[in-house]
Amino acid sequence: MSSKNFDKMAGNATMRSLLIVFIIATPIWSQKIAVKGETVYTMAGDPIQNGVVLIKNGKIERVGPASSLNIGSDYKILSNKIVTPGLIDAHTVVGLAGYYNQKHDQDQLEKSDPIQAELRAIDAFNAREKLVEWVRNFGVTTIHTGHGPGALISGQTMIVKTNGQTVNDALIKPTAMVAFSLGPNVGRNFKSPGTRAKGVAMIRTALLKAQNYAKKMQNKKEDKRPDRDLKMEVLAQILSKELPALITAQKATEIMSALRLANEFDIKIVLDGAAEAYLLLDEIKAAKVPVILHPTMVRNRGETQNASYETAAKLQQAGIKFALQSGYESYVPKTRVILYEAAIAAANGLAFEDALATITINAAQILGIDKRVGSLEKGKDADVLLFDGDPFEYTSHVCTVIIDGKVVSDECR
Amino acid sequence: MKFNFLILLVAGLLFQQSSAQEQPHVFRGAKLYPISGEPIENGVLVIQNGKILAVGLADNIQAPADATERDVTGKVIMPGLVDTHSHIGGVQGGDRSATLHPDVRAMDAINVRSDSFKRARAGGVTTANIMPGSGHLMSGQTVYVKLRKGNKIEDLLYCKDSLNDVCGGMKMANGTNSLGEKPRSGTRAKSAAMVRALYIKAQEYQKKLKAANGDPEKMPERDLQMEALMQVLDGKRIVQHHTHRHDDIMTVIRLSQEFGFRVVIQHGSEAWKVADEIAKAGIPCSIIMIDSPGGKLEAVDLRYETGAILEKAGVDVAFHTDDGITDSRLFLRSPALAVRAGMSRGKALESVTLAAARMLDLADRVGSLEKGKDADFIILSGDPLSVYTHIEETWVEGLKLFDRSNPEDRKYSVGGYEVFRQNVVAYEAEGGME
Repeated sequence: MSSKNFDKMAGNATMRSLLIVFIIATPIWSQKIAVKGETVYTMAGDPIQNGVVLIKNGKIERVGPASSLNIGSDYKILSNKIVTPGLIDAHTVVGLAGYYNQKHDQDQLEKSDPIQAELRAIDAFNAREKLVEWVRNFGVTTIHTGHGPGALISGQTMIVKTNGQTVNDALIKPTAMVAFSLGPNVGRNFKSPGTRAKGVAMIRTALLKAQNYAKKMQNKKEDKRPDRDLKMEVLAQILSKELPALITAQKATEIMSALRLANEFDIKIVLDGAAEAYLLLDEIKAAKVPVILHPTMVRNRGETQNASYETAAKLQQAGIKFALQSGYESYVPKTRVILYEAAIAAANGLAFEDALATITINAAQILGIDKRVGSLEKGKDADVLLFDGDPFEYTSHVCTVIIDGKVVSDECR
Repeated sequence: MKFNFLILLVAGLLFQQSSAQEQPHVFRGAKLYPISGEPIENGVLVIQNGKILAVGLADNIQAPADATERDVTGKVIMPGLVDTHSHIGGVQGGDRSATLHPDVRAMDAINVRSDSFKRARAGGVTTANIMPGSGHLMSGQTVYVKLRKGNKIEDLLYCKDSLNDVCGGMKMANGTNSLGEKPRSGTRAKSAAMVRALYIKAQEYQKKLKAANGDPEKMPERDLQMEALMQVLDGKRIVQHHTHRHDDIMTVIRLSQEFGFRVVIQHGSEAWKVADEIAKAGIPCSIIMIDSPGGKLEAVDLRYETGAILEKAGVDVAFHTDDGITDSRLFLRSPALAVRAGMSRGKALESVTLAAARMLDLADRVGSLEKGKDADFIILSGDPLSVYTHIEETWVEGLKLFDRSNPEDRKYSVGGYEVFRQNVVAYEAEGGME
């Protein structure tokens, strides 16, 4: 409604009171939604044919077959062919990296020092970034974003929903992990490390220092404790397993270095990228380390030269817990769309529901947010998508995106 | 009788490989997309000597008696894909000594042994316009190649005489990629002025040539740059013009009208803003399809809808890989995403075959399944626009050059350890996407 019409209508007393009722009523009405799908993939059990997801106050109220549920008359009904949970991009840099790709909108990598665990993602996230809106319109409702690859320790990551006007509106977890990188890409951004081995040595040195710091901080006498050190505090949280290390390691050599670090310092790690994971399935499985795999369509060049469309299927077959990521892109496309990456994995040996899991429930579990998102279950956040066909098909569309019970996009894309 | 049959069989097996082109092959039962006509359910394709002998409904086709029959029921066959803009083969163009290089030929810098050719065949590409980069206003002559199994670039050329024939287009670029320090232009207006000055020089050269009327005394000295530009002015060499922003697109139209050269708009990220103007100028567009907008200032308004909008305006539309910007193995993803955003299925399939062939002046040879055309085709496991479909075979001039059922070929389709050993994006040093 244009403001002019609003003024005209508001001028009339009856209309004014009607309008007030309307304004008050709208949010209540929109809080109750019944989403109907010919097939509902809950990602918590078998798909439901002719299923319904009832949404109330931003949460999922009930999920089940239409035949077993009564839909109240005050529920807005949305229906389409396929219903899934909102998608989770298990690792991206959008919001820190912007679509202009100019210096002023690229905050994913600070190049003043190769080890900066103290950098917080919340201090650099632009909730209104166009790329955030872009991926949201394709069904991505939760992203694990933050400091990117390219430094030994580039900074922290966080988890946000893709709606909200500020980082506070969007926030799920202000600090999710700390981003590490191994391999020659780091050497391109800094004078040192110049080799893989030097990079590992520098990380070990930093972690040893943090062990020492943590030990001194335990001193019963407060005056004997060292001064607070932001970097050391974060590294100490990794050592105490409060924070996992997200280690980008593409080549087999680097993956082994990451597993060695996990072992030496008894820390929780998540393998990131892992382009050559298919060479080390037994080792990764034995280490019980989850993997956030590179985008399926990552270019075969540099560190990911040996990437394969079939790695996702091989990880699944080996019983390794993994999720997919859109990753970091330095040029075009400035971000990938995680839905497309799962689609290519599904076309290359990964079963449909397993592929969907890599961008919903598996991602939620690896990120430690599965109590809130990742599946359609009673009590979880009402992040729900409606598709007009197979979600992975090039020619299908994401027609409705619901985040926390609110329709944030209702145009088929 | 039995003995004779055995001899024939053995002889047949022995000669199968070398005689593949002489003996007719019949592919029976597939859904055919001829592109030049409506799809044919349960169709028959007959090839011989590297050419298409017949295409049509099973009932209407009389297969030659000596033909090798192949049952491809349940499969889909369409023409080999034509990529109007690719950087496979480690191609290079003009260097930093200048920004206008009409004399530089891409064919002098292509490694036919590059893995990227195998990757492209795995993606169903049988014809490509291999171009130098967009870091210069005019980075050189492009080359139209057939993805035959070749030992040298000459084996892949469309043209017969690489010295005297027109073997490709002319790569030009405007917008930000070609801007920079001297000898590059510093502003858009300077870019246009430099290009105009060069074409005016070519017009003058052309006048002198005409005036000489073959008299060796009066002929101007040979000039490699002018000779190539005269082919452009004569309409024999098509300008393949990198351009993104709507105003840069208008500049391309203005220059093409001033000098009367034929041009294809390459990339056209903002072509949707000036669709009617492009249609009115009668200029075809080869579009880049990227998953998200941005990454560079000129691509912030890139939309999936561009193909549909141009189609509606009546513009001839193609897509291209710009390999390595997008991967040749996933070329069909581009028209498929365009269909997602409203383009018709028919035009989308035409965009990577017949429309693309038109943009390279090769539509008399390739782009459709028609009698007499080159036997370039792909066999797919299903709908060409489905993500689940795999390209199973790629045939070039009657020879099967990619077969997914062969593990050695399959690896070029999926990737893996030490499969792609060459850096395929050397051109990025010259300014990239492109």
